[in-house]
Amino acid sequence: MSDRRTLLELRDVDVYIGESHILQSVSFAVREGGITGLLGRNGVGKTTTLRGILGLVPRKGSITLAGEEISRLPTHEVVRLGIGYVPEDRDVFAGLTVSENLRLAERPGSELRYDLVYDLFPELRERAQQRAGTLSGGQQQMVSLARALLNSGNKILLIDEPTKGLSPLYTRNVAEALRRAAEVATILLVEQNLSVAHKLVKDVIVLDQGRVVYSGDIDDLMGDPELARRHLGLATAGSH
Amino acid sequence: MIRALIVIGVIILLAAAPFLPIPIPIIFSDPLNAPGTLNLIGLCFVFGGLALTYDLVFGFTGLLSFGHALYFAIGVYVPAVLLAKLHFTLPQALLTTAAMAIIVPLLIGAVSLRVRDTQFAMVTLAFAQAGAVYVGQSALTGGEEGLSLGSDSLPAFLVGVTNTHNLYWIALAFLIVSYCAGWWVVNSPTGKVWQAIRENERRVAVLGLNPFFYKLSSFVIAGFMAAVAGFVYLLLQGGASPDVTTANFTLTLLVMVVLGGVGTLWGAVAGGIIYEYLNFRLVALSNSAGLQGLPAIIRVPASEPEFILGVLFILLVLFVPGGLAGLVRRHSAAVAAH
Amino acid sequence: MSTFALLAVTGLGLGALYFMVASGLSLILGLMRVLNLAHGAFLTVAAYAAWSVIQMIPDQTGWLAMVVAIVVGIVAGGLFATLTEMILIRPLYRREIGQVLVTVGLWLATVSLIHGIFGADQKIIALPTALTETTAILGAAIPNARLIIIAFAVVLYLLLYFFLKRTRYGLIIRAGVENRAMVSALGIDVQRAFTLVFTIGGMAAGLGGVLTGANFGEIDPYRGTAMFISAIIVVVMGGMGSITGSAVAAVVVGLMQQFLNYYATGVGDFAVVILLAVVLLVRPGGFGGATT
Repeated sequence: MSDRRTLLELRDVDVYIGESHILQSVSFAVREGGITGLLGRNGVGKTTTLRGILGLVPRKGSITLAGEEISRLPTHEVVRLGIGYVPEDRDVFAGLTVSENLRLAERPGSELRYDLVYDLFPELRERAQQRAGTLSGGQQQMVSLARALLNSGNKILLIDEPTKGLSPLYTRNVAEALRRAAEVATILLVEQNLSVAHKLVKDVIVLDQGRVVYSGDIDDLMGDPELARRHLGLATAGSH
Repeated sequence: MIRALIVIGVIILLAAAPFLPIPIPIIFSDPLNAPGTLNLIGLCFVFGGLALTYDLVFGFTGLLSFGHALYFAIGVYVPAVLLAKLHFTLPQALLTTAAMAIIVPLLIGAVSLRVRDTQFAMVTLAFAQAGAVYVGQSALTGGEEGLSLGSDSLPAFLVGVTNTHNLYWIALAFLIVSYCAGWWVVNSPTGKVWQAIRENERRVAVLGLNPFFYKLSSFVIAGFMAAVAGFVYLLLQGGASPDVTTANFTLTLLVMVVLGGVGTLWGAVAGGIIYEYLNFRLVALSNSAGLQGLPAIIRVPASEPEFILGVLFILLVLFVPGGLAGLVRRHSAAVAAH
Repeated sequence: MSTFALLAVTGLGLGALYFMVASGLSLILGLMRVLNLAHGAFLTVAAYAAWSVIQMIPDQTGWLAMVVAIVVGIVAGGLFATLTEMILIRPLYRREIGQVLVTVGLWLATVSLIHGIFGADQKIIALPTALTETTAILGAAIPNARLIIIAFAVVLYLLLYFFLKRTRYGLIIRAGVENRAMVSALGIDVQRAFTLVFTIGGMAAGLGGVLTGANFGEIDPYRGTAMFISAIIVVVMGGMGSITGSAVAAVVVGLMQQFLNYYATGVGDFAVVILLAVVLLVRPGGFGGATT
């Protein structure tokens, strides 16, 4: 575990949105392989962290991907270095078909893993010509995930609350897809659903009010009722 | 304190202008109290006030309206038509104009403000164009020729070259009153909401205030004041012409305000005054003998005032976004830093 | 019946010209959210560039002149648009109001420069003889020029449609109209799409400028403004970013203007603005395409 190298590292990253100081001196490292969780209550800055890594919001500080500094690069160049993004609202292109949505993942220099994606999400192959706007929430989530996973050049996937608003069936599908995806890519997962998070992740980073307040093993966090209550708002700890 | 005294001094000086036979070379071709000079300064006052009204809508409330000139045109054309064609008395004409100057922006605003930003800009442009088309083709408004106010349409003290000083004082009074009104409304609770809307409309709605009504109020108040400017303009020009209805004219309003500094009252006024002055003088300059001798590649662009203004505007937007007021602010900040 | 046919074709001809100007404007607005006020200037520049080149051709009423005029117009419009995007729009990327303002300055400067060089009077456009003749349709004598213009508009629509549906950049543009940020987040450089869209818009406007001259038999420095404002109405009604919406709206606006103007001059133009107001009251996003 400790011999996995660091894939993504943030050092003293600040993000201001308007006058609000959303992220304050955030520092953490994500190791290669597996799923790392980014947890915290509502509004602490988890989504902003992902957006900051991508450059969708202006940020200060150092962000490195596989040792390369990306904090001064524009979004599309950051992404080309190998980041797949699954935003909180899915952001599929409603007017485009499923297959057109997927094709947008194409980039010069890397191949598309359609076999993997269609294996994980067979429904997408059936609905390839369907307009994404007419899909259900769960199906759109599959498109969004597939799109990020599709490009073999993506070393790390930033995934924001993929199970939000989904039925238990789709939640299970997504969890399964994430587990399979972790076999070929590193994942930084923002998740509010703690039971899902606990099943999938090992290492976690916890944010509170724009700062990193805990970084370590999820079992240790959940096993400490005081920490769990304070940072995750859990009434009782040790849940599974 | 000092500033207030200076301002009062300047106002007194300006009011006294019709009594001062002082030549001001280069800036004016005639002495200060000559009718031509007074007329030009009066026009500058009108444009200063007009630019201020646009600043209320665009600079303070953040509404990019491309149809503001329409309300100015109402102030020019409605009294002209009523006085010259329909033989209303002056009080009747003024009352009717005032009513229209409230109703028209109210209706247009109510429709246009249903959409935001870019679409709002385009819709206001479309409405203004409809007005322009109507004015240009209607027999009532004199079509392409426009209307002139005969001496029987107005009370004697407003007519004739010898009464230019009266018109001058009306223009000066208009500018002072508009500035005071603008200052008062911008610093009032309503004005504060306007500025909040410009910054972040959602936050205003969250506070329980209805942005639509505030935006509409800005639109109507500014529109009404623009119509007043239009009336003063009508007096100074002695007639109405379709130039004031063109899309071009609306855009030059925008140039005036950005030139002077968006969101500052005095900046807009300065922008309006400088713009009108330059516009006037550049036309005279372009007809001058000195320019005729230059090679075509310099002469042609130089004889088109709008070309020079357009290019200046582009440079301004690219390199000096704060306008004149921005430059002053930066200069005084630099001075203070020493 | 013949009056109806004549009015209908004239209205469709107007609609065709509006579509040429509006299509590019709609894409620019949909993708870049920039109100390009210089779009009318693209039109005018193209028309005058074409006219200037034609003066050098001995047989101005020949087909060669016509073809040259159209090619010059398209190239001039496209080139002007590309330069505008690269020099004026791109540096102001984060300042949307600034982008609009800079196009204001460009419009004022361009129209006045053309006025200065060519004068305010109209320049006559001579057409090939075949186009000045008429074809009988439903008992009316329809000028052939109108039919050609409509044909050009249809071809333009088909070209744009297939470009958007079948090419990679078309896909990127369609996605970008919906959600620009997400397109960047997929590693795609949206800036290139911006330049492309501006260029396409300029080329279409250039075509529109030359054909406007053919339609009215003359060009002047100010017609671009009127065309531009009508195009704006078409874009708002059709929905920003939707060329099908623009096409439908252009037909509606053109026909409405023509038919109503026939009964009383100016009523048609007025009615179109009222229609715009109604559409906005009922459906602020327009009818086609992406919502803001």
